[in-house]
Amino acid sequence: MVMWMRDQPYAARRFGLRFLYIFMGFAFMTAAVAIEHVEAAEEVSEFTLKNGLHVVVIPDRRAPVVTQMVWYKVGAADEPPGSSGIAHFLEHLMFKGTEEIPPGQFSKIIARNGGDDNAFTNHDVTAYFQRVAKDRLPTVMRMEADRMANLRLTPEDVATERDVILEERRSRVDNDPGSILQEQMMAALYSNHPYGVPIIGWEHEIRELNREDALAFYKRFYAPNNAILIVAGDVDAEEVKALAESTFGKIPRNASLNGRKRPSEPEHGAPVRVTLEDARAGRTTVQRYYTSPSYASADPGEAEALDLLMRVVATGSVSRIYKRLVVEQKKAASAGGWFSDSGLDSGRLGFYAISADGVTAEETDAAIKTVIEEIRADGVTQEELDRARKSYIAEFVYTQDSQSRMARHYGWKLAMGMSIEDVDAWPDRLRKVTVQDIKAAAQKYLVDKNSVAGFLLPTPEFTSSVGDAPAPVRAQMPAAGKS
Amino acid sequence: MRYCQRVFSALALTLGALAALPANAMDIQRVTSPGGIEAWLVESHVNPLIAMRFAFRGGASQDPVDKEGAAYFVTAMMDEGAGELTAVEFQEAQQTLAMQMDFDASRDVMLGNVRTLTENAEETFKLLRLVMTQARFDQDAMDRVRAQILAGLKFDANDPETVASLAWDKLAFNDHPYGRPIKGTMASITNIERQDLQDYVKRVFARDQLVISVVGDIDAETLGRVLDQVFGDLPEHAVLTPVADAPPPFGPTREVIAMDVPQSVAQFGHRGFPRRDDDFIAAYVLNYIIGGGGFSSRLMEEVREKRGLAYSVYSNLYPYQHGAVFVGNVATKTEAVGQSLAVIESELKRLSEQGPSADELESAKSYLTGAYALRFESSASIASQLLWIQIEELGIDYVTKRNELIDAVTLDDIKRVAKRLIEADRLITTIVGRPVETKSKAAPG
Repeated sequence: MVMWMRDQPYAARRFGLRFLYIFMGFAFMTAAVAIEHVEAAEEVSEFTLKNGLHVVVIPDRRAPVVTQMVWYKVGAADEPPGSSGIAHFLEHLMFKGTEEIPPGQFSKIIARNGGDDNAFTNHDVTAYFQRVAKDRLPTVMRMEADRMANLRLTPEDVATERDVILEERRSRVDNDPGSILQEQMMAALYSNHPYGVPIIGWEHEIRELNREDALAFYKRFYAPNNAILIVAGDVDAEEVKALAESTFGKIPRNASLNGRKRPSEPEHGAPVRVTLEDARAGRTTVQRYYTSPSYASADPGEAEALDLLMRVVATGSVSRIYKRLVVEQKKAASAGGWFSDSGLDSGRLGFYAISADGVTAEETDAAIKTVIEEIRADGVTQEELDRARKSYIAEFVYTQDSQSRMARHYGWKLAMGMSIEDVDAWPDRLRKVTVQDIKAAAQKYLVDKNSVAGFLLPTPEFTSSVGDAPAPVRAQMPAAGKS
Repeated sequence: MRYCQRVFSALALTLGALAALPANAMDIQRVTSPGGIEAWLVESHVNPLIAMRFAFRGGASQDPVDKEGAAYFVTAMMDEGAGELTAVEFQEAQQTLAMQMDFDASRDVMLGNVRTLTENAEETFKLLRLVMTQARFDQDAMDRVRAQILAGLKFDANDPETVASLAWDKLAFNDHPYGRPIKGTMASITNIERQDLQDYVKRVFARDQLVISVVGDIDAETLGRVLDQVFGDLPEHAVLTPVADAPPPFGPTREVIAMDVPQSVAQFGHRGFPRRDDDFIAAYVLNYIIGGGGFSSRLMEEVREKRGLAYSVYSNLYPYQHGAVFVGNVATKTEAVGQSLAVIESELKRLSEQGPSADELESAKSYLTGAYALRFESSASIASQLLWIQIEELGIDYVTKRNELIDAVTLDDIKRVAKRLIEADRLITTIVGRPVETKSKAAPG
């Protein structure tokens, strides 16, 4: 089986992370929680420094390695209107230097210490992380604390980095018609809430971002009382506490921090369809998005029901949509979907199908809608639910095998306002979901009026039949630099 | 994550030894089953799971002529039914067991990757045995997978990076098997029949080409039984088509492929060093300095940090068995791609003539040796490291030797190797973008 999933790209700073984060919902779903029957696992612990920094320690003694993550509770949805992209821009600029760290040296110092580092920005969070040998934890913690308060930016650094981000946008969005369409679909799905604005920013607004915007955003949101420090690996809580107090502990809290207030999304009056015809589309592809709650915004139990709904209906080759569209009806080459569950204010249910040869987007869309109607009318079977749930809960064990995935998992959920107890009780909450809950969730949220359909259509000259690939124009040229 | 298939061959190189590595992660047992099948095992009972990785030498270079993509097709069929189980039945059983299984075809090897919870291990290995010995290749499943591969090729044909990479392979390797696309072509995939997949499996899935690594909650005796159960019925000998060594790829050649994209993507490079070359380790350290070391690399510094010309620019060494290459990639707005390439060429030239500085060498060694432990974070990543050490025949003690090899590289070595490796005026370069604008800017800078 060959499967594709497409979703909104997640703005990671470095290219290496591109595919790790490409599917927000997916990344969240595969994260781990503590499983009761793992005897050897030590307890996750937490404490809060006097300045408000929330610290979480996740022990993992298998290798002498630690992962440090700092999560700021700020993202692209907190940007001032007209400054789209500033959260992500600032994330890049955080690597430029401080009074202590010379310009451009941050990642180089980490590397000389045998460590990897990176960062990513989302609509709701911005996170920075390093993986190092455990004896280097004091060094990286001092550096991370330093740039929480002492960032220094030169006008030259800012100008060059803006060019880099424009290139990043070209890579992620402009060079890929699927991404262009997704950007438009998100803008339609969120007509008033800032989730409709791309994380990386609109190009014309990125061009106007400047040093003052970045520093203002930094001063407003980067503070210990707006952050969570996660340390996972071969460390104990006492050690982390002493280190954190002597580094992050020195930074004053931001007394004027006043939470996040975003415009909310109105009831939608009508379904929306967005169509993009593009020579580069490759194949006719149909997507459908539906607004839903997320784990952070749902009533108790509802997100768990949506989560399992989408596992049964749209995850993998045993899902309903794959069986109906690909195996039985042969209307699609591939089909699937996801629950984008990690937003602070809202979530999203997504479906996609790549039309089989000769099948129009209209027909594919109708086939997806028929599956959705079937679920709304009849729900899912107990057998489907049990199988999907069993495998889903079991996947947590695989995630627990990786300290960096554990750090990411706890960081996400805590940044969304959950407690460690909430996180650890997740499998139990999944076990309580019934087929009735799933049917009710489907009826409540898979509603046409809340949907945006996206059609990606190859332009006629490129809709060649099988075996007749579009032949790119080629030109041989003499090599440059040859004398 | 780019170059996902190729990156594997470079993975083992990033291994190393640090005295601090815990005994349970480093105690590699050589397990031989009662039936004579060997695997490397690292026992760890911390988490209730088992990760198994295995490979058959052969890979996509064993694809018959006009059937390019056969190996890749086989990998996509491995979960599409085996024994009495149809595709849907197999996949449902897999889901019930939370059994994770995927296969991948690289140029020289076919890779298998399985993870199971301890409590489901017995059932998982039963299923895996079926896959290895009785894959069904049903016609309807083949039709489905074929349609998926064809759809993938359509998307790939519009992805500038993939197009640049395939064109580069073709220029570098021409009619050699390495010049052919691993995923096949629209024509070859359309041509492949059930018999082709069955033949491929029969020829390549054999015990004399098999290497295995296992990490996790299983002991040597149990593993011995599992090895015989899963792989014991495979034929003893593979029937591989000999693959010749490719002539070392060199330019100067520059090919521009027209695509209406705002950002052009270029791939550049030439021959590299094989894994067994005495200078390989030095070249590996050198590549970190050139473009393998992220923000610590010259190319990133010159192209991105100083000039803001690209979001990503990097280089890699790929020591394929029959043709090693040194390859890099850059993506730049179309009007500036010529400038990016000129900067890259001049930096390569400078490195070749002057070599890296003592400070750069120390920083590279410090990263490469220090970051070794990060490769052992999870059971799956340890299994992957051990698999590649076996594929590349580096020896079971390589883990303890590797950092010494890196540390032994001197400034004289690396300067000599820079001269030997880099030939900046003989690059093969492919550019995907708008040819007219590229042409006018692509003059020597």
